[in-house]
Amino acid sequence: MNYYLYAAYAATWIIHIAYLSIVSRRYSRLRKELQELKKS
Amino acid sequence: MKRAFPILAVLTAVLLSYALYQALEVAPTEATMGDVQRIFYYHVPSAWTAFLLFLTNFVASVIYLIRRNTKADILALVTAEVGVVFCTVVLVTGPIWARPVWGIWWTWDLRLTLTLVLWLIYVSYLMLRRFSSSGQTPLMAAVLAVFGALDVPLVYFSIWYFRTQHPSPVIGGGGSLDPRMARVLLINWAAFLCFAALVCWSRYRVERLQREVEETQALEALMESRSIR
Repeated sequence: MNYYLYAAYAATWIIHIAYLSIVSRRYSRLRKELQELKKS
Repeated sequence: MKRAFPILAVLTAVLLSYALYQALEVAPTEATMGDVQRIFYYHVPSAWTAFLLFLTNFVASVIYLIRRNTKADILALVTAEVGVVFCTVVLVTGPIWARPVWGIWWTWDLRLTLTLVLWLIYVSYLMLRRFSSSGQTPLMAAVLAVFGALDVPLVYFSIWYFRTQHPSPVIGGGGSLDPRMARVLLINWAAFLCFAALVCWSRYRVERLQREVEETQALEALMESRSIR
């Protein structure tokens, strides 16, 4: 029974962490892009 | 404002840890389902948070339709995206909970089907915003959001007015939740609300940056075309 409980909690955090890592990577890429644009 | 973000992040981390401890250790074990019922403390607050985000999306979309306000447009996009993430959590944790309790992963019951439709509506909304290159995209998205939001009360009240496989409402609607469980549920909801606010804030900053990059690129292209002439 506990297997399902831990699977649900783990799935919740995997989904949130995956989304946060996408947002964070996008932020770093955009910062870099903006800096390059301002340089040129 | 720059200092508020790390403070909110630390507070959210503390609150989420406390909420997890309450859900796993403090909340009483449910008599019929046992420990697996503790999925409730993640499943229900995620659903409520998703509903609140979709309602914010609706309000922001209406404001955009009336005033053509850029901030409202960004808020609508951000709340739809974070709402889809929370709705995904609901659609994943629900079947994991259903399997040991109902003996099945999924059933085409009214509540479950309407939740899946809600998720599909907002995924379509995000697809429209991502792949449409028309200048009217924010306007079309706002109209879609207004109609999409109609599904939120349908999902919420489906278990009040129809007999479904899904359990009856736990708070209001004749639900009889143990006060200790209700307390843990509300702590978890508060933690998820803080977390959602933090994620929306981060995503809002990314969207502002994205628009700044696009404006700079457009300006550069304009200057280049003038220098060619």
